[in-house]
Amino acid sequence: MAEAVAASATPPRAMLREAGLIALVVFGLSFSLVGFKIEDVPGGLAILTRFDGVFFATALAFFGRIALIMLREQRALPVALVALPTAALVLLLQLFSGDLDPERSYPFRSGVVNWSLFAVALALGLRAVWLAWHHGGSLTGREARDAAMDRVGAKVQHAARFLGPALLGFAIVLPFLPFADRRLLDIAILVVTYIMLGWGLNIVVGLAGLLDLGYVAFYAVGAYSYALLAQYFDLGFWTCLPLAGILAAFAGILLGFPVLRLRGDYLAIVTLGFGEIIRVILLNWYTFTGGPDGISGIPRPTFFGLELTKRATDGETFHQFFGLTYSPMDRIIFLFYLILALALITNLFTLRIRKLPIGRAWEALREDEIACRSLGMNPRNTKLTAFSIGAMFGGFGGSFFATRQGFISPESFTFIESAVILAIVVLGGMGSQIGVVFAAILLIGLPEFFRELQQYRMLAFGLAMVMIMVWRPSGLLAHREPTLRLHPKPGQENAS
Amino acid sequence: MSAVMAQAPSTALLTVEHLTMQFGGLIAIGDVSFEAFPREITAVIGPNGAGKTTLFNCLTGFYKPTVGRLTLRHPTRGDFLLERMEGYDIPEHAGVARTFQNIRLFPQMSVLENLIIAQHNKLMRASGFTFAGLLGLPVYRNAEKQAVELAKYWLDHINLTERADWNAGNLPYGDQRRLEIARAMCTEPALLCLDEPAAGLNPKESAELNQLLTYIRDQHGIGLLLIEHDMSVVMGISDHIVVLDYGRKISDGTPEFIRNDPAVIRAYLGEEGDDEDAADG
Repeated sequence: MAEAVAASATPPRAMLREAGLIALVVFGLSFSLVGFKIEDVPGGLAILTRFDGVFFATALAFFGRIALIMLREQRALPVALVALPTAALVLLLQLFSGDLDPERSYPFRSGVVNWSLFAVALALGLRAVWLAWHHGGSLTGREARDAAMDRVGAKVQHAARFLGPALLGFAIVLPFLPFADRRLLDIAILVVTYIMLGWGLNIVVGLAGLLDLGYVAFYAVGAYSYALLAQYFDLGFWTCLPLAGILAAFAGILLGFPVLRLRGDYLAIVTLGFGEIIRVILLNWYTFTGGPDGISGIPRPTFFGLELTKRATDGETFHQFFGLTYSPMDRIIFLFYLILALALITNLFTLRIRKLPIGRAWEALREDEIACRSLGMNPRNTKLTAFSIGAMFGGFGGSFFATRQGFISPESFTFIESAVILAIVVLGGMGSQIGVVFAAILLIGLPEFFRELQQYRMLAFGLAMVMIMVWRPSGLLAHREPTLRLHPKPGQENAS
Repeated sequence: MSAVMAQAPSTALLTVEHLTMQFGGLIAIGDVSFEAFPREITAVIGPNGAGKTTLFNCLTGFYKPTVGRLTLRHPTRGDFLLERMEGYDIPEHAGVARTFQNIRLFPQMSVLENLIIAQHNKLMRASGFTFAGLLGLPVYRNAEKQAVELAKYWLDHINLTERADWNAGNLPYGDQRRLEIARAMCTEPALLCLDEPAAGLNPKESAELNQLLTYIRDQHGIGLLLIEHDMSVVMGISDHIVVLDYGRKISDGTPEFIRNDPAVIRAYLGEEGDDEDAADG
């Protein structure tokens, strides 16, 4: 942004036009989305209007845009003078809206939106103060911001060696932290499940470069393997876990064979079809899978044969054996550790196999398949191993999902799941293990915290995606370390 | 010529007999026969579209020839009929390695990794098809150490030891060319096929390439097959030249012979009164 460097002020008219345009777009979007709401009332449905919301959204977009333009041009003081009081006002309104009107909160009906508004206004104001303080500090242009983000990315990558264990340590103590309630743990389990699936898909997409849009099929195969084996043969979770992995791996090979010659978009379309085929089979094979009714009463996992229930069906329960008082949280905590262990196995396996010939072969295949053939590598076997190993971890994840939910139906395995897992891998930075963790927290954790917004919570998902695309187009942490080095890494022999 | 070849045993490393490659109605290569010998550099030259790269693709299994026999006499492993083998088996078993006209490295991987991947099959067996490797058994660790040693040897010869941990895609063009040759050599081939290795090189780099190729020929005793347009390279280092034009072999012999062969001069420069012929044909 060349014009941003000089303090050349945009004429007020141009500024108003730009802000007006944004406001118009927001008005157009929010008029129908926010303005009307259909609600259940006794005797049918009624359309409620919420034009105050439309008004606030449009006005906020207008003034927010003006603030951004002025910030870009280093005219920070007026922005600070407006944004900080706005933040304070929103905060006051939100905190004391109960006194005003117990029915609703102000300025918006939703506390989450108010808090977000407060955060944005505060961020704008603080940034303006910071700019005014440093009087035109350097970082405004897009390039400068990109450079800053790159530095952050490199630092995070560098810190990954400490960050990984730190995150792991946090995850291990999480269930015992004072704020860890049932809801937070449920979200944590969900996030870790997606982290595991992301790591599994990372093998196929990130390492082998095979764009797989049907990963959820293997998740479904794993989940149904466990559910059906438990239903028909009365097998327990720990017996079924490896079986589910093996069956999913076979499904991976089954998918792999016909798509060996396909690449890129074509491969993506076929894998997408495969994902749907599995779902449709599960949906229609009523006599075997229960079809849309799903399978319920899937047995819970045991802790070395000890059940985590209040009363044991046979033998002792977990709390009886250890002499504890029963708490329903035990089971949640156990599930959390279970998925954490599964995810860690996936991670360690991937980290290790990356440094083995097969892992290097996958990466080479991603780079150039023809060169691989000319070096005597068998592309068929290499691709099939990538598909099957990726699928195996999907299968493990699936059987965990089944045992956690206790009930599965084909509805849990729709295309959107594949898309979310793929988004986690791509946004995390292809092939980056720690990137997957951050992307999963951002994409899964964030919308879960915004659940109050109902269907609009997917907006948080969209927002996170757009922000990553703007700031880090190649993924949060797209940086590849060679699998083996001839010389020590620069900066490691002389401590940096 | 073919009558002579029919009398085995031949000392030739590679014998191409009546090779024909047809794409629909287009005959890219028509009835080409020649031989390449170990410890020799055989150059294949010809104008654009003469079928040189198609010949390479047939040799390295990327195409299945329509007609013809391609025999490779490996010094230790016996004879292979290349036209009957799977493409990816040819480098491993018959020992034919190749480079590409437009460089095909693994650009996002390091220089060293490029050379290690070339030893994939060896390492794969050593890692017990991944299982021994996952357990970190010493068998695999030793094999990897040996692979790195071989990579180091070639890195020294292409002056890339310093930059071994760079991404291959970040190397200058000339170094990428040399790295691709080193990568092919890491498969420990009996025949190395080079598709225009001097394309885009400056005279100094071209001279370095000549040194590298003669070094490979003299020290490793393998045969080299070379497609090249740069005549300073071709005439400087080739022991034997095969000239193709419109998919047919028009000449075959030593550089001196080729230099004075009227058929070659006609193909390259055209002849007075040749324009009408070309228009007719």
